[in-house]
Amino acid sequence: MAKITYITKEGESLVFEASSGSLMELAVKNKVPGIDGDCGGVCSCATCHVHVAPAYYEKLEAPSEIEADMLEFDDNVNEYSRLCCQIPVSDAVDGITVEVAN
Amino acid sequence: MQLPAKNKTCVIVGASHAGANCAMELRKQGWEGAIVLMDADENLPYHRPPLSKAYLSLAEGGELNPLFAAERYEEENITLALGITVTGADATTKTLELSNGTSLKYDALVLATGASAFVPPITGISNSKNVQVLRSSKDALAIQAGFKNAKNKNVVVIGGGYIGLETAASLQKLGGQVTILEREERILTRVAPMELAHFFQELHSKNGVTVKTAVSAKKITQTEAGLLVLGTDENVYEADLVLIGVGVRPNVALAEQLGVALENGIKVNEHLQTSVPQIYAIGDVAQFHHPTYNRWMRLESVQNAVDQAKVVAANITGIPTTYNALPWFWSDQFHIKLQMVGLSHGYTDLVIRTEQEKEDCFSIWYFKDDSLLAVDAVNNGKAFVLGTKFIKNNTVVDKEKLADASIPFKPNILIKSTTNVDKS
Repeated sequence: MAKITYITKEGESLVFEASSGSLMELAVKNKVPGIDGDCGGVCSCATCHVHVAPAYYEKLEAPSEIEADMLEFDDNVNEYSRLCCQIPVSDAVDGITVEVAN
Repeated sequence: MQLPAKNKTCVIVGASHAGANCAMELRKQGWEGAIVLMDADENLPYHRPPLSKAYLSLAEGGELNPLFAAERYEEENITLALGITVTGADATTKTLELSNGTSLKYDALVLATGASAFVPPITGISNSKNVQVLRSSKDALAIQAGFKNAKNKNVVVIGGGYIGLETAASLQKLGGQVTILEREERILTRVAPMELAHFFQELHSKNGVTVKTAVSAKKITQTEAGLLVLGTDENVYEADLVLIGVGVRPNVALAEQLGVALENGIKVNEHLQTSVPQIYAIGDVAQFHHPTYNRWMRLESVQNAVDQAKVVAANITGIPTTYNALPWFWSDQFHIKLQMVGLSHGYTDLVIRTEQEKEDCFSIWYFKDDSLLAVDAVNNGKAFVLGTKFIKNNTVVDKEKLADASIPFKPNILIKSTTNVDKS
């Protein structure tokens, strides 16, 4: 079971636990505002953009080329930007904090 | 804002992307009454696009990707009526008769009935086994099963549109020998320009799919060994499985019963209201006038379903809202991700930009004079995201720089200094 913290645009911290799926799916399930995941998690719509806490960003597998491309010109992009449909929930991300970007 | 009373009921018929999102959005926007979400499909509402893509690329089974977890419907107090169809309807008494023998009164009714695959009247088609369409999980399972049991893994796909091409790619990847029969001179005639169609035709050929254009199926014969598809080119194509992907017909039977005005689907106004008070239509079934493009259309896409769900929920809840969303769409075939934004209809010129360092990475930019209408991005998320922004902001793009792949693909370089173009 991994604990995931989402920080909304309003600065509110929302904490959820899961053992499978992606960070996008967990967010949609729990109505985290600003994370829509319209394409269902296939890196096609860029509606699940988050900023990952720096300490965790390094632990994640590097984004695929298409994900990096989608992020490059997205609003509010920074060096810790990810599309969270591409971050699987696992023990490796237990305790991670991500901030909703848009 | 005037919220309706708690004792009102909104019934949504059709629980795919449009209907399920509509239910969620109603709650989000403050609808306090009951919500009933119905569908003939027994499954918890699920994402449809993977059915022809990732889901079909699995040899068997696979889990459906739910649009929302079951608990979400409980939390939002949304009544799911799955595996149930409407057998009768009366707009004057606002009553629906259901297949489980009950009847249901509505104060607002949303028709999100979608579309069904059109099956052309090919001779012998009704006597043939393993002729499938692809709209639902049941269809996808039938295709998987048919393919698994196929001796020679020969598949004939009738129709070179997105469903046909995606299915062809998925089954070819699984070891199939796929032949696509396309009636027109090229594939994707209805939905893509020549340049893009040519690229996809090459892509399929390179991956071993046989693409036959200007050929229709005129007869299908069931034999002991499988199916024989006779083409208008007089060739006989052997098949274990035939997939029909020649377009859809909007599901309007219920609307018809309710006396709702029809025209290439269910005709709705800018608030997605039909001709009958308190009845709305959204998603694949809705024929609407798009203010930006100033024409009537029906869009078969996830984007249109989700965005119309939001607008209709606002209107039902008492917040007058006009639908004017920017269309976008995607398709995955082999190693290619196609992303499209805008509608290219009526373009006067196009710019094709091929990135130099990457293979199979390009974008097609459609202009009406200086105004950017649409972008098709092939393995090029940058072009998709930037094109979306440019269209939304009415940005005037420097076409010459855009066309020159030696010039970096950066917004500050591509945006023309003069952005005040009279768009009237």
